[in-house]
Amino acid sequence: MNRPQTKLTQGIDWPIVGLYLALVIIGLMSIFAAEYRGDDNIWQNIIHLNKNYSRQLMWLGISIVIASVIWLTDSKFFTATANLVYAFGILLLLLVLGIGKDVKGSHSWLVLGGFQFQPAELTKLCTNLALAKYLSSQETDFNKLRSRLIAAAIALVPAGIIILQSETGLALVYFSFFLVMYREGLPGVLLVIAFSGIVLVLSALLVDKMILFIIFSVITALVIYFSRREIKRKRSRLLVILGIYGFCSLFVMFVVPFAFTKVLKDYQVRRIEVMLGKENDPKATYNTRQSMIAIGSGGFWGKGYLKGTQTRFDFVPEQSTDFIFCTIGEDFGFVGSVLFIAIYVALLFRIIHVAERQRSTFTRVYAYGVASIIFFHLAINISMTIGLAPVIGIPLPLVSYGGSSLLAFTMLIFIMLRLDADRQMVLR
Amino acid sequence: MSVFNQPRRRVIQLIILGMTTIIIVRLFFLQVVEKKYAKLADANAVLRKVVYPSRGIIYDRKGRPILSNDVLYDLVVTPRSVKNIDTAYMCTILKIDKEEFRKKIADCIKKNGPVRQTVFMALLPAEVYGQLQESMYLFQPGFELIPRQIRSYPYGAGANILGYIAEISPTMLKDSNYVSYNSGDYLGFTGLEKTYESVLMGQRGIQYLVKDNLNRPQGPYENGEFDSAAVAGKNLRLTLDIELQAFGEKLMHGKIGSVVAIDPTDGGILAMVSGPSFDPNLLTGSFRSANFNRLYQDTTLPLFNRAIQAQYPPGSTFKPMIALVGLDEGVITPSTGYPCGGAYYGCGRPIKCEHHDAGHAANLRLALSHSCNSYFSHTYRLSVDAAKWGGIRVGGMQKWADYMNNFGFGHKIGVDIPSERPGRIPDKKYYDAKYKGSWNSCTNVFLGIGQGEVETTPLQMANAMCIVSNRGSFFIPHFVKSIDNDNTHLLDKYKERHVVAHISDTAYSAVIHGMTDVIESGTGRVAQIEGVTMGGKTGTAENYAIVEGKRTKMPNHAQFVAFAPAENPKIAICVIVERSGFGARYAAPIASLMIEKYLKDSISSNPKRQGLLKTVLETVTIPEAMRAKSKLDSLNSTVIKKRP
Repeated sequence: MNRPQTKLTQGIDWPIVGLYLALVIIGLMSIFAAEYRGDDNIWQNIIHLNKNYSRQLMWLGISIVIASVIWLTDSKFFTATANLVYAFGILLLLLVLGIGKDVKGSHSWLVLGGFQFQPAELTKLCTNLALAKYLSSQETDFNKLRSRLIAAAIALVPAGIIILQSETGLALVYFSFFLVMYREGLPGVLLVIAFSGIVLVLSALLVDKMILFIIFSVITALVIYFSRREIKRKRSRLLVILGIYGFCSLFVMFVVPFAFTKVLKDYQVRRIEVMLGKENDPKATYNTRQSMIAIGSGGFWGKGYLKGTQTRFDFVPEQSTDFIFCTIGEDFGFVGSVLFIAIYVALLFRIIHVAERQRSTFTRVYAYGVASIIFFHLAINISMTIGLAPVIGIPLPLVSYGGSSLLAFTMLIFIMLRLDADRQMVLR
Repeated sequence: MSVFNQPRRRVIQLIILGMTTIIIVRLFFLQVVEKKYAKLADANAVLRKVVYPSRGIIYDRKGRPILSNDVLYDLVVTPRSVKNIDTAYMCTILKIDKEEFRKKIADCIKKNGPVRQTVFMALLPAEVYGQLQESMYLFQPGFELIPRQIRSYPYGAGANILGYIAEISPTMLKDSNYVSYNSGDYLGFTGLEKTYESVLMGQRGIQYLVKDNLNRPQGPYENGEFDSAAVAGKNLRLTLDIELQAFGEKLMHGKIGSVVAIDPTDGGILAMVSGPSFDPNLLTGSFRSANFNRLYQDTTLPLFNRAIQAQYPPGSTFKPMIALVGLDEGVITPSTGYPCGGAYYGCGRPIKCEHHDAGHAANLRLALSHSCNSYFSHTYRLSVDAAKWGGIRVGGMQKWADYMNNFGFGHKIGVDIPSERPGRIPDKKYYDAKYKGSWNSCTNVFLGIGQGEVETTPLQMANAMCIVSNRGSFFIPHFVKSIDNDNTHLLDKYKERHVVAHISDTAYSAVIHGMTDVIESGTGRVAQIEGVTMGGKTGTAENYAIVEGKRTKMPNHAQFVAFAPAENPKIAICVIVERSGFGARYAAPIASLMIEKYLKDSISSNPKRQGLLKTVLETVTIPEAMRAKSKLDSLNSTVIKKRP
């Protein structure tokens, strides 16, 4: 009481705040670098909000205000209102579906006054809160299938609505909650299955269907041959093996082609095919190629801040948003890129560390959720800029230009910090 | 519970590390191992831009710029940025209709796409530019005015000397002489612009610019470290006196012919007029090609530089040279006379002489001042038939031709503007071929009075006057006195004094005296200038043309050659006025006025001189039929109006 100032920030995890600020500042500098032209009047641009960096600066201001409000909120508020917030988020998504505005082919924006806002960014937070609430609830026994299905539904319902908004990239992020669920007891087999699934999809796309079918048949025959003794003992084993064989074959022969022709959009199919090297349409490869030229031309030490020729002159589309990593790669080279990624890894590890020191399941699940979301964004975003993943429009957390994204990640992190500060309390 | 799940934390951390390792390995290959991306980035981002230097300026002998660079403006458009402009107002200023406006915009988009600047209207006329400049803020940022250098001739004179520049043609581009030029480059096509192209053009620079994804330049690459600066063209300083030139063009207005004035002391050309003349500004800016066609088709052939390209029989103006050859060969002396009774009968058919009073050819001086045809026919025949050459068909004819070649006739002298014609001096071979060996000095006796097969250009005659007044030497006539910061050897050949044969000084004195008498008391009295002794010679070249298949006698070409002052010559001149009859009538007054203008800076207020000036200015000798079809005067007046 006699030292109120210490009290105000008591319990805050300074390393995370520091890493947060580092990333936001790097982000601002990169957006600036992407837009800067030699003769710009910087102060005027900042005041008139007519550049991305000036608007991002404004959003940073808003984010800091909101972060302060969160910091001053009682942590019980978040646990208490988690379900309500989730419901609100879903409502918002549905609202966008109705009255949303089209921006660059995605129907996921709300216009409020002069500002555009993407609720899909916010619902990550809502979902994370709801999942934490559900998993920490005393009635939940996560070893039961029913609980697991409910948890999966909590994560995937928003994803489904977002796909309807044509923001497949953002929807993909909701799969990151499976990492949280894995931490909370989902069998490890699921990870193996998920991995196998990815391999299956890729091989279905890359290898001729008949050849794949022959390979599956041969593998199945070999498996049956080598486990013939076990099969003799237990007839059901044969059924399992044949079942897997049948599923894989059907999946490859029918599900994947069907998904590619009916579910995914043309441009998404093309992007994936480009990434896999199947198609060389220069228009479709343009983004990736320019992005790789920008990053590759950075070399070991980089060209120096504001010296990049590729990123500054609009060679890379979506320079300030999805392809912001190009600026870092070009200006700061390999060394800078590795350091930059190291900051993220440090942040992720620190969040995991914070998560593991919780007594409250709610906070732990929530913190893991934050880590998973950031990790997914990071991995997919950087992979796409260096040609490892198809071009999926998701931002680099805290760095990419975008008010909704910055605000959403700020809220995600500061709610976690608030919860962490109150870790001595048991939250339900 | 937390303890139970501990290993899963590790698995998640491993997944994170695994993914980042994959990314870092990929980055390592991309940024460190692979080098092609840096090259690709350069190809992407660096634009090589040729920077054109400003062309050299040409100054006259008194340092007045007579060919300089003017700035005109191109209206350029960036189609995508054209928003909310008052199209109707712009159309009014540009004097086009809306349909044309739309068409032009569409053309621009077709040419360069919607985001790059394209020339909407090139080289705006001054009044359009003025109007547009005032209201430019209404049309920005879609439209902009971009300055462009064009050549400008402040005095509007000397068109055929200075020449013009034009865009390189596709055929020239294939020529190995023009390898350093690119399509769209401008270069000198005629006159000094062509001869001194290498000096005037300067050195093109290369600027490396960073460009963006739409090839729009964004600024210097590496702070211009790799750039090479453009070096402005060198300036030329001429021997030409632009006021004299303009005066000459004024005098030749309404006449066909030419005036060539040379400073005998250094061979520098003071004026070279080809009448009728045109304003060189006609061949600059946006009207160039239209005007070129009009000039090209004009009945008076203004693009034909008569001073170096027209070849006339020199007529009586040739007589001083005939005399010099005779004196040098020793077939006559200054006191040699000829009993002319009004015609030369030496070759059967008489050659008429203008004079028949006894003693008008009692010696060389008298014969020259009276321009006695008999005397020079006789002298010519003596020269070529001289025994020491073994007769005309053995060596005499050839020897005579050699003399004439030495005087600068029969071949290009080498003036520093292109398209000079050689004239013609017939030699032994010519007559052998023509008359199959059966000819003698009577066959070509007309050469003695400058008629027949001999043809000279006005430049050659003016140069011959330099030789006479210099008493046997000359410099190759030229325009360029010096080149600023010159490191070429272009001018070396004009610094060398050429000595013509080794004719004795007394021979020259006799001829010069005869020529001063022409002005004092002979055929050229009209050319007298108070206080100036001058030597001159009138001439009348017979002019035949093929009319309806018959060789028909046309009005004679009047000629006059002169030099002044006789004792210390500063100007040598040749004037030819086509189809104007006797040489003293128009050619001599023009030469006289030119000399006065040059030596005294202005024409004296003496009413006699002013009257002469007025007469010359008012005289029109262009045949009515030709003049009716010529649009030259109206063309020239458009330029004067256009220029402020």
